[in-house]
Amino acid sequence: MSENVLRLQDVTMQFGGVVAVNNLSMRVDEGEIVALIGPNGAGKTTAFNCVTGVYEPTNGEIWFQGKRIASNHPSGKMKKLYAGENMGKYRHVVRYTPDRITKMGIARTFQNIRLFKTQSVFENVLIATHLRKTSNPFTATFRINAREERKMREEAMELLRIVGLDAVAEEAATSLPYGKQRRLEIARALATKPKLLLLDEPAAGMNPQETDELGEFIRQIKEHFQLTVFMIEHHMNLVMDISDRIYVIDFGKLIAEGTPARVRDNPEVIQAYLGVDEE
Amino acid sequence: MQKGWTVSQKKRPDAATWIAAGIILAVYVAVFVLEQIIPPTTMLFTVLKKGATYALVAVSMNLLNGFTGLFSLGQAGFMLIGAYVYAIFSMSSEVRDRVYQYFDCAIGITLPVIPAILLAGLVAAAFAFLIGLPVLRLKSDYLAIATLGFAEIIRAVFQWKKLGPVTNGSNMLKDYPTFNDFNIVNAEGKVVLYLSTLVPFLIAGVCIAAIVLLINSTYGRSFKAIRDDEVAAEAMGINLARHKQLAFCISSFFAGVGGAMLAMFTNTIQAKSFTSAMTYEILLIVVIGGIGSVTGSCIGSFLFVACSEWWLRFLDQKQYIGTWEVPLLRNGFRLVVFSVIIMVVVLFYRQGLMGMRELPDLFRKKKRSAKPGKEAAQ
Repeated sequence: MSENVLRLQDVTMQFGGVVAVNNLSMRVDEGEIVALIGPNGAGKTTAFNCVTGVYEPTNGEIWFQGKRIASNHPSGKMKKLYAGENMGKYRHVVRYTPDRITKMGIARTFQNIRLFKTQSVFENVLIATHLRKTSNPFTATFRINAREERKMREEAMELLRIVGLDAVAEEAATSLPYGKQRRLEIARALATKPKLLLLDEPAAGMNPQETDELGEFIRQIKEHFQLTVFMIEHHMNLVMDISDRIYVIDFGKLIAEGTPARVRDNPEVIQAYLGVDEE
Repeated sequence: MQKGWTVSQKKRPDAATWIAAGIILAVYVAVFVLEQIIPPTTMLFTVLKKGATYALVAVSMNLLNGFTGLFSLGQAGFMLIGAYVYAIFSMSSEVRDRVYQYFDCAIGITLPVIPAILLAGLVAAAFAFLIGLPVLRLKSDYLAIATLGFAEIIRAVFQWKKLGPVTNGSNMLKDYPTFNDFNIVNAEGKVVLYLSTLVPFLIAGVCIAAIVLLINSTYGRSFKAIRDDEVAAEAMGINLARHKQLAFCISSFFAGVGGAMLAMFTNTIQAKSFTSAMTYEILLIVVIGGIGSVTGSCIGSFLFVACSEWWLRFLDQKQYIGTWEVPLLRNGFRLVVFSVIIMVVVLFYRQGLMGMRELPDLFRKKKRSAKPGKEAAQ
């Protein structure tokens, strides 16, 4: 069996009295494309935010490549409020800021595109190479480290070439059509050289043809960069088409997992999700 | 400036960059020549000297407000620190006994001008580092209030009697090297070469060039990323706390240098003159010039200083056209006109003079608009 790239153990995220993610355990293995699906408000993005360090889970642990990247247990006021399970199972507190998580090798895209609006396509990707800099502000300002600067630019341009955006490199990022903005966001995430790519609804707002292209694109970059992909998606066709395994959550709780075929036939899933949503 | 139209990977300066460089050089030559031929007491030189000083401070504020998106109003405080550090450390020891009438001066060393300026910047940056630790967690308006409060506190602290041996309490500091000391004098005390305007231009020029280089470096790009979208910037591996702190310290360093220049310009300094009104003046320059444009801040600074010190002075006195007395003109009316100008700028020209463009972009404009046509032809 291949190595776990990402593992969530009993992750619970509670905001005040609202349990957004409830006791979620899951794993993503190396080289897989795993999808996380569920109805609106099921807690998918919250789970993502726990992994990327935006939120600190209330309880549970998250491991990435054998390293604990998040761990928490209810404390303070939350001790009384806590409505989840497995209280007292975890004792450590481990917390990294999102930039540290990115440096470890987890990159993400956002549900509602978050490009750097005043920057060009090229600069958007270039910024994401900043985390590998070795120059300090002084050497960067006075171009003492000019070779590094050149290398960053070459890398960014190369990446744009791979994703097919090199022709529009100098355009303003926001002037791109929607589908290309999505693609640029993925390219920007790739520029951080991740091992695990988290995609938050990459096909949102796309027409069927664009969605098909996106599926092909995800598969290509996965091969090219030897990535593991973990994504949230609503487009059932895309999910069924490209994922190796699927996790289904509803009201923050895991209700099913398995291959696309198994998940599709799971009565609980059909009831909670597919039965209502299927076109 | 690297935001060239051609693919920036090669990053060779294009024609527009050369034109811009030529204009800047021409300005310096003009300043030098004018200074030799026009009497030094002309208002023009006051405006140029103060303009250069304010240009540097405005650019440093723009680095923070325009490029990093941190709305800080502490500029006057850091200028005050810079001005005091410069004045205290550049004063010669004979002068010290005279200036520190009521206190025993605690400072025993005298630095040459350039090291004193650098020290002024460094001390301002050190203060910024300490203030930044708690304050930079705040966002937008709250950060502005906190930094404004800091500037006011600093102003009060520097006038505190107990600090008298260092700051001379609320008394003024004077007789330190000023801009006029840069003039080259012959044996009889006659000026042979006027440099008192060129030198502030050079100091400001070097500092602004450094800021422009920083903005175009990988650090500058991450500052802009933080401004555009903090969440996305952090997700791209940019350490928010560290980069904000960095921008804050660098901005304060140059504000401190600007403070030292202001001290040199005014010949005497007193903590009570570094009011929040000074910060607002600089903020005004930044807004008029264009938030996010270094060129705009520079042009805005000279326009602002020229208007407030020179061109709009007539509004403060009674004026007669023939025998008819123009109504409304009286002492203080200038400020009314100024306020109206600000309102007009904010209401109708929110982009300011330059928006986010820089000097070379002005010459690139045609190329850009030609681009779609070129594509259509293919």
